[in-house]
Amino acid sequence: MSRVKVATVWLDGCSGCHMSFLDMDEALIDLGKKIEVVYSPLVDNKVFPESVDVSIVEGAVSSEEDLHKIRMVRERTKILVALGDCAVTSNVPGMRNPFGVGPILHRAYTENVSIQPKTPTQVIPPLLPRARPIHSVVAVDVFVPGCPPSAGTIHFVLSELLEGRIPDLSQKTRFGA
Amino acid sequence: MPDATALYQVVTLVINGVEISARSDQTIMQAAEENEIEIPGLCHLTGLKDIGACRLCVVEVKGAPRLVPSCVTRVAEGMEIFTHSERVVNYRRTILEMLYAERNHVCSVCVSNGHCDLQALALKCGLEYVHLPYMTPRLKIDASHDRFVYDPNRCVLCTRCVRVCDEIEGAHTWDVMGRGIEARVVTDLGQPWGESETCTGCGKCVHVCPTGALFEKGKSVAEMEKRRQFLPYLTVMREVKR
Repeated sequence: MSRVKVATVWLDGCSGCHMSFLDMDEALIDLGKKIEVVYSPLVDNKVFPESVDVSIVEGAVSSEEDLHKIRMVRERTKILVALGDCAVTSNVPGMRNPFGVGPILHRAYTENVSIQPKTPTQVIPPLLPRARPIHSVVAVDVFVPGCPPSAGTIHFVLSELLEGRIPDLSQKTRFGA
Repeated sequence: MPDATALYQVVTLVINGVEISARSDQTIMQAAEENEIEIPGLCHLTGLKDIGACRLCVVEVKGAPRLVPSCVTRVAEGMEIFTHSERVVNYRRTILEMLYAERNHVCSVCVSNGHCDLQALALKCGLEYVHLPYMTPRLKIDASHDRFVYDPNRCVLCTRCVRVCDEIEGAHTWDVMGRGIEARVVTDLGQPWGESETCTGCGKCVHVCPTGALFEKGKSVAEMEKRRQFLPYLTVMREVKR
């Protein structure tokens, strides 16, 4: 039996959700027999495959690169999982939203900088006007709130998906958990 | 506590298919609670007067065109009530989503994370995400008081603080200013809390607040646990006839 193709994606988040994924520890060994991680910050592959069964996405959609990436991921993914509060609510990355992009960049690149204060215009992708939850940009199939969701919750999500069920997380995790 | 001289009758009604009896001066919420039928609420807090502000306790009454807030609706003979019909559950969910979307409830960095009534309700109602767009208003925190902080980003306008300050403490420092989306709870006439001439510093508002909108200085993320035991105690003691 071929293994289920799983990708993990890191948008505007702190990588805490990926750390929580790794926190599954020895459970990962058993999972590894059933899933193949085809794209992830945790593996070498630099190109997102043409077709993926499950994509687990951490982080809010904050920059033009995030937007481009999540649209591409959605196109190539059967089941898209929004993992963690940043992906589900925009959470901490969204705390810039009340201020607007200009003042935030000024704060980060001018006010708090002593050498060559200047907002970069190249290489770094431009910020969107607001950091947004993933479902406001593309359709999401499974929402996993939590900051971060526990390793147990992530394991439950993957186990249910492997059994062909959409996990019911209503009593398993919550915003800020 | 019922007044022994008051005129009330015993009425029979049906909640979720179960026949129950209640006193005619009771609200639907009280009757449900006595019969261990749970109706979610947010602005309701036993010991404070009910005002039906949050609408989370709405229930469906057969024959009534609108949903009714169970905390301020009296029972009546023959009422047939549904506390968790599809319509009610959808309304409740939407109301919760509106509460989340209206201010900046970032649970992960909140002093009340894990001890919050709004969070608990989201869990109870199975709210996994908010499909309404977040409004992300820019609201100033008032940290002018020596011991307490008011963070309007996390306020749900339940007015528990307003009521406890008026009804229990008798100071009436808190009130509501503005209308609709502009409504805010304020101290005195909108002056900084620390300069309030009426605030006694009792802290009752802080402890009845369902979220992290009112908290004690020095508390960090998830450290602010509210203590509400004083409220039923004071209420009962004041009702004792001498």
